[in-house]
Amino acid sequence: MSTDVSLPVLTAKDFASDQEIRWCPRCGDYSILAQVKKVLPTLGIPKENFVFVSGIGCSSRFPYYMNTYGFHGIHGRAPAIATGLKIARPELPVWVITGDGDGFSIGGNHMLHVLRRNVDLKIILFNNQIYGLTKGQYSPTSPVGKKTKSTPYGSVDNPLSPLSVAIGCEATFVARSVDVDIQHLTMVLERAAHHKGIAFVEVYQDCNVFNNAAFDFASKKDQKVENCIYLEHGKPLIFGANRDKGIRLTGDGLPQVVSLNEVKEDDLIFHDEKADDPSLAFLLARMRYPHLPEPMGVFRSVERPAYDAEVMRQVNDINAKYGPGDVNKLFNSGDTWEVK
Amino acid sequence: MSATTEAAEMAAQSNGAPGKVTEQVDTVVIRFCGDSGDGMQLVGTQFTNVSAAFGNDVSTLPDFPAEIRAPAGSLAGVSGYQLCFSKNDIYTPGDEVDTLVAMNPAALKTNVGDLKRGGTLIVNEDEFDRSNLQKAHYESNPLAEGNALHAYRVHKVPMTRLTRDSVDGLGLSVREADRCKNFFALGLVYWLYDRDRKPTEDWITSKFSKNPSVAEANLRALRAGYNYGFSTESFTVHYEVSKAKLPPGKYRKITGNEALAMAMAVAARISNQTLFFGGYPITPASDILHELSSLKNFGVRTFQAEDEIAAITSIIGASFGGALAVTASSGPGIALKGEGIGLGVMTELPMVIINVQRGGPSTGLPTKTEQSDLFLSMFGRNGDCPMPLIAAQSPGDCFTMMFEALRIAVEFMTPVFLLTDGYIANGAEPWKIPEISSLQPIPVRHPTGPNGANGEYLPYLRDDRLVRPWAIPGTPGLEHRIGGLEKANISGNVAYDPENHERMTHIRRQKVENIAAAIPQQTVNGPDSGDLLVVSWGGTYGAVWTAVEQCQKQGLSVAHTHIRYINPFPSNLGDILSRYKRVLVPELNTGQLRFILRGKYLVNAEGYNKIQGKPFLVSELVSKIEQTLKS
Repeated sequence: MSTDVSLPVLTAKDFASDQEIRWCPRCGDYSILAQVKKVLPTLGIPKENFVFVSGIGCSSRFPYYMNTYGFHGIHGRAPAIATGLKIARPELPVWVITGDGDGFSIGGNHMLHVLRRNVDLKIILFNNQIYGLTKGQYSPTSPVGKKTKSTPYGSVDNPLSPLSVAIGCEATFVARSVDVDIQHLTMVLERAAHHKGIAFVEVYQDCNVFNNAAFDFASKKDQKVENCIYLEHGKPLIFGANRDKGIRLTGDGLPQVVSLNEVKEDDLIFHDEKADDPSLAFLLARMRYPHLPEPMGVFRSVERPAYDAEVMRQVNDINAKYGPGDVNKLFNSGDTWEVK
Repeated sequence: MSATTEAAEMAAQSNGAPGKVTEQVDTVVIRFCGDSGDGMQLVGTQFTNVSAAFGNDVSTLPDFPAEIRAPAGSLAGVSGYQLCFSKNDIYTPGDEVDTLVAMNPAALKTNVGDLKRGGTLIVNEDEFDRSNLQKAHYESNPLAEGNALHAYRVHKVPMTRLTRDSVDGLGLSVREADRCKNFFALGLVYWLYDRDRKPTEDWITSKFSKNPSVAEANLRALRAGYNYGFSTESFTVHYEVSKAKLPPGKYRKITGNEALAMAMAVAARISNQTLFFGGYPITPASDILHELSSLKNFGVRTFQAEDEIAAITSIIGASFGGALAVTASSGPGIALKGEGIGLGVMTELPMVIINVQRGGPSTGLPTKTEQSDLFLSMFGRNGDCPMPLIAAQSPGDCFTMMFEALRIAVEFMTPVFLLTDGYIANGAEPWKIPEISSLQPIPVRHPTGPNGANGEYLPYLRDDRLVRPWAIPGTPGLEHRIGGLEKANISGNVAYDPENHERMTHIRRQKVENIAAAIPQQTVNGPDSGDLLVVSWGGTYGAVWTAVEQCQKQGLSVAHTHIRYINPFPSNLGDILSRYKRVLVPELNTGQLRFILRGKYLVNAEGYNKIQGKPFLVSELVSKIEQTLKS
């Protein structure tokens, strides 16, 4: 058969909606929006098949700025909305846009379950460590001591690490990037888009109004090489402007910075994103600035059947076994009797 | 009418056993009660199935404790199953019990008050030992001479011992043998009411096919009970209840929850649509999820969500994707869903929210029935947030109203509340199997092209009934974004303009009101004007209609109207209310429908309210009607 199945070539512009963007000037969200628009046309998927689902918060305005199908939900519930959509329409690529408050405070429960179920969704967590839309309260990812409107004497809450949670839930794809690190973010988003199953991407996003410069350590050119490790599958954990530092495990199983002048490369931790056991990925997620350099990139990428695919497999199996539902048989199941 | 027997016709004919007499009766109420581990729900269901299949009209009231296994023998652990079967049309499981089977002292203590004077009391006397008497807080054995049971025909049967004897030789442990005694009790009652044992024997054989010795033990216990009635001198009379004159057709027994699940599967199948059901387990709504989850070849996809909020929001996602979308819960779960339901109203997507009401507030009475979520369902959302609300009146009516809920949701692009209650959800009645050709497919339409003058898609461009189109992802050219923020009419873009918000609020209200033109007119049973109109809604239909009919037979001027469409009301309801001198609204709450009727129609409606977790008795409604007419 020689039917022309080629798709119209789309560009980032095709994915821009006609709505005026209302994020604050210089907000990190602009960059994430731009990279997503750049990645989607490379996937060879018709524009009308994409659905962007969000919750509430600055980042959750995202769907309005995409010329795809979009659903701006209620606070914290985007994973559940997206799960329902995906079960009803498994063929659609569905992306979830959420933030640290939306995804890990009010919506924490849905996040746990969507991650463990391995629903075939792409979740982008815009982590700015602050509540922006409500004008500056601390969030579940804000560091201890953070002074905000609701914590004038500093926060006493112990923050959670979204990646630790995602790996704890055994999410099949877990990654981290930074809003303004354009090439790296594009690479991570592409990897996420191609993953079958749940893809969880944490993006450090600068809220220049309420939490300015929180991620300078990972975004400023001169700082990031010293403070971040860019993960590569199968490669040792090496970092530093001169690539002369690495991470090895101490005798009690903890990561430790060592100088490559003193320690051989072979003795360092080698990254294995495909390890079925999540322990290494969890150890990497526990490496936090300023105590240790923070890993960036893909922490974990393993294959497991996606939830929605399994739901459909069951539906198809039952159909194959019993045939399409017979209404008459259903009505007449159990005892029946005739009244004359 | 007490649903118990009217004048019994003595037919002094022998049934083959020496000295035994068969009595013809119209209507019988039986209650089996025992420990929650005694299998009372099971034998009640078996008796119901056999009676329905025989051709009686039946109505049931399962009554079980919230605790799965309260301590054995305790008052809290008593589980009961009441059923009424008759040669007449019946609408309730009966007020007074004719025959009470009590498997232990606690069951006797908590149930004997409902047994009519002169009624038959069958007790398992083996369980009336000191320990069980203490657990039931009896100071002395009520079965002993001189105690207060002289008003009843008491049969003390050593069921435990006789059951053990009957299964002797099968190699069962004492514990296993004792688990058969519910079938002994059932066999005895089968003899008493001349029931066919065969369907139950077949059921036992198939149920325990993997465990032949247990099957054989239960069969033996059933027969031993039957033969005990036949041969002992204690039972001198047995009864016959002839077939009811129901409209011709094929029947099956159905509970409300079964009917809801069946309607969803059938609607999906005949409409050729996917039906997505998202639910979280909660008493008494869980059975809907259980039933549906096995019907995957009907186009049904079920999702056991992580919580109630995920259940409602998952159906919103599924509806956005184009599926028929339904969730079901009960009071506490509905409260949690409130914000999500508001999102459904705002995005004007079709979906159905089933509320199987139970006693509240808070956790309240999880296993008991009530009608106290009408306000919650009508008003329990932030903002001016109107949505249609309909209520089923009986187990079988759940099928019809589920179809109606889906039809209204899709036809008007709106979430719809469907109210049932614990009583009709678990209660059973004979249900005439509908002709498949009589069922209307759900009218789903998804646009495939733009609706705007400039070739754009306008998600909030409405038709003359104010209904917006339902374009779904995957359709080229109709990409659009919706959400919980207020939106500009027509374009659907986010809009904070004050006039637009007021206009949209009125549009959302008016759209729901427009549904009044798409529902049946309200009908009245009885005189179309007069002294008294009794107004009911939901699961009280059977008791209220039976009571009104009984009063009408006495010559009282009383009419009955039962409201199934509550928002909007049928357009002629106000006119009907104005034609009677008095309006009485019996409800299993403190007067929620009455409040709405008074607010909407300025009618001086009076209430009759019961909040005990139990359905109305016909007798108490009759007294109230008589009293009202006299006052």
